[in-house]
Amino acid sequence: MDLSLKPEHKAFADEVRAFARENLSPATREKTFSGKHYDRDDHIVWQKALGKKGWLAYTWPKKYGGPGWDVTQRFLFENVLAEEGAPRILPFGPKMVGPVIYTFGTEEQKERFLPGIRSSEVSWCQGYSEPGAGSDLANLRTRAVREGDHYIVNGQKTWTSFAHWGDWIFCLVRTNPDGKPQEGISFLLIDMKTPGVTVRPIIMTDGAHHVNDVFLDNVKVPVENLIGKENEGWTCAKFLLANERLGIAEVPSSKRGVSMLRQIARIEPQDGGTLADDPAFTAQIADIDLQVQALEMSELRVLSAMAQGGAPGPEVSTLKVRGSEIQQRIAELTMEAVGEYAQPYQPGMLFHDTNETPTGPDHAPPAAPRYFNMRKTSIYGGSTEIQKNIVSKMVLGL
Amino acid sequence: MDLSLSDEQKQLQESAERFSREKYTFENRRKIVATERGWLPENWAQFAELGWLGMAFSEEDGGYGGGPIETMIVMEQFGKGLVLEPFLPTVVLGGGMIARAGSADQKAALLAPMIEGKKQFAFAWLERQSRYNLADVSLKATREGNGWSLSGHKGVVYNAASADEIIVLARTAGSAREPKGLTLFVVDAKAKGLSRRDYPTQDALRASELTFDKVSVGADAVLGKVDDAFPVVEEAVDRAIVALCAEATGCMDAINAATLEYIKTRKQFGVAIGKFQVLQHRMVDCFTNAQEARSMTLMASLKIDDKDPMVRAKAASGAKVQIGKSGKFCGQSAVQMHGGMGVTDEMAVSHYFKRLTMIDLMFGNQQHHLTRYSNLAMAA
Repeated sequence: MDLSLKPEHKAFADEVRAFARENLSPATREKTFSGKHYDRDDHIVWQKALGKKGWLAYTWPKKYGGPGWDVTQRFLFENVLAEEGAPRILPFGPKMVGPVIYTFGTEEQKERFLPGIRSSEVSWCQGYSEPGAGSDLANLRTRAVREGDHYIVNGQKTWTSFAHWGDWIFCLVRTNPDGKPQEGISFLLIDMKTPGVTVRPIIMTDGAHHVNDVFLDNVKVPVENLIGKENEGWTCAKFLLANERLGIAEVPSSKRGVSMLRQIARIEPQDGGTLADDPAFTAQIADIDLQVQALEMSELRVLSAMAQGGAPGPEVSTLKVRGSEIQQRIAELTMEAVGEYAQPYQPGMLFHDTNETPTGPDHAPPAAPRYFNMRKTSIYGGSTEIQKNIVSKMVLGL
Repeated sequence: MDLSLSDEQKQLQESAERFSREKYTFENRRKIVATERGWLPENWAQFAELGWLGMAFSEEDGGYGGGPIETMIVMEQFGKGLVLEPFLPTVVLGGGMIARAGSADQKAALLAPMIEGKKQFAFAWLERQSRYNLADVSLKATREGNGWSLSGHKGVVYNAASADEIIVLARTAGSAREPKGLTLFVVDAKAKGLSRRDYPTQDALRASELTFDKVSVGADAVLGKVDDAFPVVEEAVDRAIVALCAEATGCMDAINAATLEYIKTRKQFGVAIGKFQVLQHRMVDCFTNAQEARSMTLMASLKIDDKDPMVRAKAASGAKVQIGKSGKFCGQSAVQMHGGMGVTDEMAVSHYFKRLTMIDLMFGNQQHHLTRYSNLAMAA
């Protein structure tokens, strides 16, 4: 057992850092460290650069065009990019649908879809949740009826992140309304340009547009867009969710958040000194810092076990639970560090409207919106309560 | 970066697991608690035979070249069985300080027989006023001829009644609470002028209050450098903390397993109480807490050999914070989910709860180590 890095891993980390410094736009980097909202190009231009280098689908095996990295390389890649202020890689293509396609898809589907995901030429979004199917996902109602070489799809998806940037959506649809809810679901890929697909923005509590409703009205989808077998989509769905839960803990960005929080504490004035002199506050930073370390080590243990063979087990649900609580706590402490000057609402500072003059320090405007927005983390990707149900049943056998 | 155990380490884990399972059934442990020593010489002889007493020491020191991971593996299994043999005071603390600071003669006279199972130690640092401050030492050692004379009081000294030698932290210079001016002495447990009041601790271990009344020792009793013991003690205690954390992870695994079993079988309202979601989620939280405790213990075990004392201190304190938090959560939850049975002496769960609680208090509790970690992290 050893936590130290071999020379080749150190060289690898240097290579990733040099790449980030050369390819990440300074404007994007600045948004990360000031907490502003990214726009489409911040993500896509960066992802295309990664794609060109062969690093976007960095968790994929070589066989499917991934770099075939070991656990240490993945760990370093994620951490160095977070330290350099890179936006997170939007997971829908490279981390969600990509692995589903190369695991369950036909050779033809792999050839057709994987290159666009690897290069970020094609953007994906996730059609899982519906108004009546949140925590109870298997209750989904979006109906796909086979008519000749096509499915005719009708229904509504919701909470669809970045559907407004999406070229394609992967959907869970009901192909059999009878029997057990899990048994009549299929995994279908839909081109967003198909007639009958409508996207409606949902504005979130921080004022930003990330998620959408997606309406599907008599959408004609060729049968060759079905992944896996008809009515067996739940297998793909669960496989994807387990992968999603592993990455969703967001440890590298939480590490960055803790170090930004310490910086803010060193700047924020209090009683003639700074907040960094207040042991009650710094102890709270220390506490969340240690929680991040525990989570990181737990994640490394899971990855290390996976490297010995095997898929992520249901215990990754605990990583998602703790990862979301930690993100929320960092946002909360950051807002509390700002104090009174967290109160002014300055959307211009968040959305890059340069006409607005800040009322307080640069780190103040995003603090409260981020706190509000981060409440989502214990709700999306399977709520905390659902994750605990999963662990209770699958790990503890209760 | 590699988090997998070697084949030898897996074997060590298996044999330690077997020892705890076979020798420390609940009923066996009760019998051991009731013996005069509070631990079994035959078990200690077995530790020596299996190489556990020397595994963490270098080959130059007569050990077998292992390190903190080997200590972690064994301590974790000791935690599962609530093992009573004085491994921590003798091997981790005593042996650790002798290996770090001892002369060749001292290593030959003390460490070699310890590895063979023929010598045990106790570490006397705490005094009534010390709380968690390792430098708050007032027991005085003054020069007397070629040697020294020790006078003062030491408290909650684990294994003092069984130890052959007591390693005493004494003030030889400097003012109260000053890290400089402290010296370690190796004192014969039967020395003239040393008196003991023995007692059991809450968790059935043995400790003593010691009074030193002009106890004379030779110049060769000094362990390490005069006036400069503090860094040795701080490092030894940080290593002991990490070992204790490993013991606590074993306790947590055991207490969680017992609770899970209990809520699967205990019926109320016509169903196993584990069918109730409120208990399921609490049980999941226990599981997560134990996972985090294991992660932090592993990280600390991997960092405790670091050359940078700051890295070591942060690792030990960070793990101790987690152990304090997780131990309390798992312990209190286990008692609560066991209902009335959890507060009886008849169930293992209350014994694990006691041990976890005492581990939090040893060498600084959660709050103390959070402050220590915080100060180190802000200074960086």
